[in-house]
Amino acid sequence: MHWQPVIGLEIHAQLATRSKIFSGAATAYGATPNTQACAVDLGLPGVLPVLNAEVVRMAVMFGLAIDAQVSERSIFARKNYFYPDLPKGYQISQYELPIVTGGHLEVTPETGAPFTVRVTRAHLEEDAGKSLHQEFQGLTAIDFNRAGTPLIEIVSEPDMHSAEQAVAYMRKVHAIVRYLGICDGNMQEGSFRCDANVSIRPLGSTTLGTRAELKNLNSFRFVERAIDFEIQRQIVLLESGGTVAQETRLYDEKRDETRSMRSKEEAEDYRYFPDPDLLPVVITEDFIEAIRATLPELPDARQHRFKQQFGLGADLAGQLTASRAMADYFEATHGLVASDDAKLTANWITGELAAHLKRQQLSFDACPVTPEMLAGLLTRIADGTVSGTAAKQALAAMWDGQGDADSVIEAFGLEQMSDSGELEKAVDVALAANPSQVQQYRGGKTKVLGFLVGQVMKASGGKANPRQVSKRIKDKLDDDAP
Amino acid sequence: MHDKSVVDLQRGLQAREFSSVELTQSCLARIEALDGRLNSLITVTGERALAQARAADRRLARGDSGPLTGIPLLHKDIFCTRGVVTSCGSRMLDNFVAPYDATVVQRLDAAGMCMLGKTNMDEFAMGSSTESSYFGPVHNPWDLDRVPGGSSGGSAAAVAARLTPLATCTDTGGSIRQPAAMCGITGIKPTYGRVSRYGLVAFASSLDQGGIMARSAEDAAFGLAAMAGFDERDSTSVERPVEDYPATLADSLAGLRIGVPKEYFDQGLDPGVAARVGEALAVFERLGAIIADVSLPHAPLSIPVYYVVAPAECSSNLSRYDGVRFGHRAREASNLLEMVKRSRSEGFGTEVKRRILVGTYVLSAGYYDAYYLKAQRLRRRISEDFQKAFENFDIIMGPTAPGVAFRLGEKTDDPISMYLCDVYTTGVNLAGLPAASIPVGFVDGLPVGLHLIGNYFQEARLLNAAHQYQQMSDWHLQMPRAID
Repeated sequence: MHWQPVIGLEIHAQLATRSKIFSGAATAYGATPNTQACAVDLGLPGVLPVLNAEVVRMAVMFGLAIDAQVSERSIFARKNYFYPDLPKGYQISQYELPIVTGGHLEVTPETGAPFTVRVTRAHLEEDAGKSLHQEFQGLTAIDFNRAGTPLIEIVSEPDMHSAEQAVAYMRKVHAIVRYLGICDGNMQEGSFRCDANVSIRPLGSTTLGTRAELKNLNSFRFVERAIDFEIQRQIVLLESGGTVAQETRLYDEKRDETRSMRSKEEAEDYRYFPDPDLLPVVITEDFIEAIRATLPELPDARQHRFKQQFGLGADLAGQLTASRAMADYFEATHGLVASDDAKLTANWITGELAAHLKRQQLSFDACPVTPEMLAGLLTRIADGTVSGTAAKQALAAMWDGQGDADSVIEAFGLEQMSDSGELEKAVDVALAANPSQVQQYRGGKTKVLGFLVGQVMKASGGKANPRQVSKRIKDKLDDDAP
Repeated sequence: MHDKSVVDLQRGLQAREFSSVELTQSCLARIEALDGRLNSLITVTGERALAQARAADRRLARGDSGPLTGIPLLHKDIFCTRGVVTSCGSRMLDNFVAPYDATVVQRLDAAGMCMLGKTNMDEFAMGSSTESSYFGPVHNPWDLDRVPGGSSGGSAAAVAARLTPLATCTDTGGSIRQPAAMCGITGIKPTYGRVSRYGLVAFASSLDQGGIMARSAEDAAFGLAAMAGFDERDSTSVERPVEDYPATLADSLAGLRIGVPKEYFDQGLDPGVAARVGEALAVFERLGAIIADVSLPHAPLSIPVYYVVAPAECSSNLSRYDGVRFGHRAREASNLLEMVKRSRSEGFGTEVKRRILVGTYVLSAGYYDAYYLKAQRLRRRISEDFQKAFENFDIIMGPTAPGVAFRLGEKTDDPISMYLCDVYTTGVNLAGLPAASIPVGFVDGLPVGLHLIGNYFQEARLLNAAHQYQQMSDWHLQMPRAID
């Protein structure tokens, strides 16, 4: 039987506020345990929550960015359960009336057709503290620094049908929250994570199968692997006559498998009810319009503009605009290059420079090669001063902090062979050294031209201009035709 | 000295007839002498009171004083006080020292008042007799074998026994007014949102409200004026200027429209209490008020609605007491779950556990609509009844409680009869209205309270009416016989 996976995501994005959602304590990551938790975060007797207005602004931005309904009136509710790192014995969240409902996103995966994901709702809530089991043998310690950190939970409809689609959607949401500046998107620090609801059904069926919820996936790779594992697990189970249990499962990245955490029967009754300590959040049309006016250009719009304005293909424009920092870098660089060849700029940024950044796990914000420096190099490529090969060397040198483009070209002697006599000589030497290839070329096997060009390039130490070399060889051999 | 009103004390302090230190010492001496029989205090903070008295004397000498500077008071042990245990009458918190002051405490400190100590109360303010306190029951100064009412029974008994001129208190379903009635004093519960709840240990957040107990409405007016006002740390506090309550006390009551709900004179009402209330209404008539019947048809639903809403909120509010960060922690638990379970089993008393269970039940999946949601709908009806009544009336009056103070232990095994002590008061909390209780006579030597209910933010009018009545009566000046 053919099976269709059905996947919905609940993405938790930590909102990039300076203070917590209901208190004045700082949200900075990595502080000494329990130094950023005030009486309100600790749930001491008598304290009360006061909503951080910045959190509301950010949620509205997100709602507008996904073309959703921003609720005129939304309500905070208490989600009641006991856990040692949940200070009050309840989490303040939103339940019946969330701040954002009914949005959608168009997603274009790396391979496969574009698809739409409907966003059911996005609601505000506070994060809990963190239990530390490993560091203290036989004991549990709790760090409450994270307690009260603002989160927006973005709940999708089950509109995805492969792990790849789920990851593409998650990347899209990631790009949007980063574009909006409402989340730093740092997945290692847990600022952006998700739960995945996964079920399978016979292809063509419209009813949903029983789902498993995969908890707390904090990298794109884990999302993909956990979902793939889970789909396979469910297929094997169903095909061997078993049934899928509705349960919560954890992904173990070391073993690359998911395992049961708790079943539906063990699921908590959260006893949600409106939090009497907080007033309903009332959002006026004026407030929404004021925020709309501050929205930055979003990935889709920017991709469209890049195609129009710079004549870039959908692929390259898509790659560039996937991250706001990269798109900003591109625009800054291209404005400084003394050439209209936007594709050249785009290729260097998405290719060579992105590779450097990836090796060091840096983002474009932290790139040691500034747009000015890269623009200097691209200008030299465009005016023929350096070849592509030599430019890669130049970029590596700039990356290592050895100066701007002109100075590294000079210092490493990377300028192309411009003296035609020298080039002539190099071509002659190469042809003389490879008589059989010359013979083949003349016999109509023009494919060997590449080999001959390569020989000249090698002899010149990469300094020759391959296009000129190719032209010269052709001129020579075609002229001498018998 | 102990029988002086706040106004007399102000005058004496200003005229340097006595110092705040002398006044404070005399209160502390009286506490020392009498509270052994009343058990109205959980903690006495003599040193802190005297330090505040010395500071107040310096302010008085500089001429930098307000109406309450140098005057002692007691705080109900539900208000957090920095550096002093805030037990809430519970074993769960008998070791809890808050690192902050409640806004109410902060404001009264700033007014120059001297905190003598913290008063006894029903555990987590759940009760109507102050018998559920972990620290033992409070005795009514009019008859030591009887309860003072509750939950603010410690504050009420202390004010009645002249241990303090003023005491803070809280009211979730009648916890200011019912003990005020049973102890023969004046108590006012302001409009929900008038007094900050920050630092008030929560029982039922949508109903809890801090207020003040005093012997007279005039004294209460000074106390409330200093406590009330917007607080940005409490989202439910209302941003609205505070009236000058003492300034309007002398206003005439001519033409004041008083509504008397027939639902408050049902079978459960002690005929003696009904008679005293009738006599009090006649006094208001002589003061120029117009009295007529009114109906609050949903009033009989107040108790059932209250006993769904309040436990629901309580079950959630009290979840933070898990022994992890503060409060009672069970010893030698072998794992986390057991630690939480045992800490809560040991830390909470019977009535608190009963309400947590009821509250958990009414919020559970499958029961939420039938109980919690239905109660919220009826709560709106109860509110609407009042609003309809206020179209034609300025103040609604009736008995505060159906009977006078009962014997210790009389109702402890019968929670329903205990809950019915608040049959006339809970509706006010459900609607968020301000209300007061003032003494209007005795039945068998025990005080009777008149309940005055105003529309939102009509505290000034309630105090004005109460004060005018007290100009025509001396019930509020009577001293309890059981002590001295």
